[in-house]
Amino acid sequence: MSFEHRHLLGIEPLKPHEITAILDLADEYVALNRRPEKHSDVLAGLTQINMFFENSTRTQASFELAGKRLGADVMNMAMQASSIKKGETLIDTAMTLNAMHPDLLVVRHPHSGAVDLLAQKVNCAVLNAGDGKHEHPTQALLDALTIRRSKGRLHRLNIAICGDIAHSRVARSNLILLGKMENRIRLIGPPTLVPGQFAEFGAEIYDDMREGLKDVDVVMMLRLQKERMDGGFIPSEREYYHRYGLDAEKLALAKPDAIVMHPGPMNRGVEIDGTLADDINRSVIQEQVEMGVAVRMAAMDLLARNLRAERQEKAG
Amino acid sequence: MTTLFTNARLIDPEGGTDAPGQLLVRNGRIAAVDAASDPAALLAAQGLRAEDVTVQDCGGKCLAPGIVDIGVKVCEPGERHKESYKTAGLAAAAGGVTTIVTRPDTAPAIDSPETLEFVTRRAQADTPVNVLPMAALTKGREGREMTEIGFLMDAGAVAFSDCDHVVTDTKVFQRALAYARSCGALVIAHPQEPVLSRGAAATSGKFAALYGLPAVSPMAERMGLDRDIALLEMTGAKYHADQITTARALPALERAKANGLDITAGTSIHHLTLNELDVAGYRSFFKVKPPLRAEDDRLAVVEAVRTGLIDIISSMHTPQDEESKRLPFEEAAAGAVALETLLPAALRLYHAELVDLPTLFRAMALNPARRLGLDSGRLAVDAPADLVLFDADVPFVLDRFKLRSKSQNTPYDGQRMQGRVEATFVAGEAVYRRD
Repeated sequence: MSFEHRHLLGIEPLKPHEITAILDLADEYVALNRRPEKHSDVLAGLTQINMFFENSTRTQASFELAGKRLGADVMNMAMQASSIKKGETLIDTAMTLNAMHPDLLVVRHPHSGAVDLLAQKVNCAVLNAGDGKHEHPTQALLDALTIRRSKGRLHRLNIAICGDIAHSRVARSNLILLGKMENRIRLIGPPTLVPGQFAEFGAEIYDDMREGLKDVDVVMMLRLQKERMDGGFIPSEREYYHRYGLDAEKLALAKPDAIVMHPGPMNRGVEIDGTLADDINRSVIQEQVEMGVAVRMAAMDLLARNLRAERQEKAG
Repeated sequence: MTTLFTNARLIDPEGGTDAPGQLLVRNGRIAAVDAASDPAALLAAQGLRAEDVTVQDCGGKCLAPGIVDIGVKVCEPGERHKESYKTAGLAAAAGGVTTIVTRPDTAPAIDSPETLEFVTRRAQADTPVNVLPMAALTKGREGREMTEIGFLMDAGAVAFSDCDHVVTDTKVFQRALAYARSCGALVIAHPQEPVLSRGAAATSGKFAALYGLPAVSPMAERMGLDRDIALLEMTGAKYHADQITTARALPALERAKANGLDITAGTSIHHLTLNELDVAGYRSFFKVKPPLRAEDDRLAVVEAVRTGLIDIISSMHTPQDEESKRLPFEEAAAGAVALETLLPAALRLYHAELVDLPTLFRAMALNPARRLGLDSGRLAVDAPADLVLFDADVPFVLDRFKLRSKSQNTPYDGQRMQGRVEATFVAGEAVYRRD
């Protein structure tokens, strides 16, 4: 297995064959997860700590389940509630946790680069579960796995990413991953939410959704992140839905077999039509959740192998 | 006390020359500058006996006017653990800086004659180089009420600045400029559109987009400068823009100068030698204000220094302790120490053949001295013998833990530099000699 990283901090440092390696292993875990007895002990004896400095239900649950299915001892820490309020710095928190000898640290933080900073200070493997507006690598990997299983390949596809790109780490990680795998990427949204600089990464930018959706294979919708808005990015939710909400009429412009994705949680009637989101012929939103657990199992498995190898080398 | 500097490579920004020669210092002032290389002839012409003169053999190294650095933050009062007058003075001397012009963005701000007097006393007691204080333009640097500009000038303030706080209320700024003009005071402002740049940690562009950092368009600088220029047309004040760092602001500056406004502009050594990509993996030592720019902007600003459109290079020395830097990039404090690295970093431009040495010292010594009404910054008879002797070529690797500042937040840590200060003289006395 060729995956030589200590941490999973982003998609950016990964090579295409490493992305493929994670996805191949994740495929095996999808099979495991569908069995009645869904347990393995590749992480037995290892401690996984989930540190979420920002609210999360889905990602945290997914990481927790992934760790437990692989036999790790999993602990969740809701960081807003604890030491941050007491004025402890991120580094202090990291050092404190490090002293408890965790093996896998899953971190989400509201500031870009915070997880990189933390990774420099601890002795274990760190998985980025989302840092500010920077990266959310496991989300991009689970999206890639969903696309690969649904389309049979992960290259030469036309993929549209729609909505609040500016505030989205999901969009950044997806843009990098899908670009590395040689797909054509379109970014669709109002100019207030789609920074023009992304054109320099080879993406095509559309402010007309109908034009942007023409003949695409994959439509990735993003959540309109209300909590991230300073205010004034869009005139109103209803105008946004009218121009950029995905409904059957707009989707008809895409390829007939185009799939619809959403990282969740959805704002029905804001960025996506509720009926469309539930349409099992088009929407793969539920599969995405399923793939999420498998991809996280694969990522933690690979990091744990490297961690064990590193420790053996030190001991031997 | 009479000293003869022989066998020197004299860097004279006033004449724009870089040539071998010798220089005589008597009673703290330059007594003679001589292009010939015969010490005996010079002494005879000056009516001096050889035994009354100390000879400093420069060994062919560069002798230039000492650097006059506008915009140095010494963290007294308030944060002496970051930098004191003593450590700043040692760092300045080791960096060839003979005059530091201190910033008022301390805690509390230097905005009253009493605070200014405290600072002046501290500076005189502890600092081997000249210290000239600036004072805040508005009380508490809050942009609401102007400070006692007249009293502060009497107490020794050489310029007025709210530093990186932009006076947002245009009416307040207009009145402060008009009042400052009546006192003959120099106002130093930070040209930046404050709303557009709020919360920004990087310059908008490919880099900030990829790293997901809150960013400001480089246009915000031009917008801020445009406003300030309009106010200068209204008030006729004496104005200096602390840092011009973007190409788009340069035409506006050029027009304002052509229109005869009393305007000068500076830039920081970091914006001349680093660009946005240096931040790489969120390295907070590279977080400065305004943020580092694109390479095109850097080159445009270097060219503006060469042509003289940008008048002054400053260190923008801003000490920060480890705690305020060891944070996620967005939360980390901005600023870098630079007194000791200013000259070696500036020499990068010389070694890259972008700017010659007389031009560098025009921007680091002559122009800032002129702008403040000082007679230093020159190699001329009767000018103060504030001098720096340096080897322009010797290579070294910078180790931040060897810096004399109390804070060691330099972006050049571990980088290869070329050029090192051998000795620094203030009023003819050596305040630093390399061991």
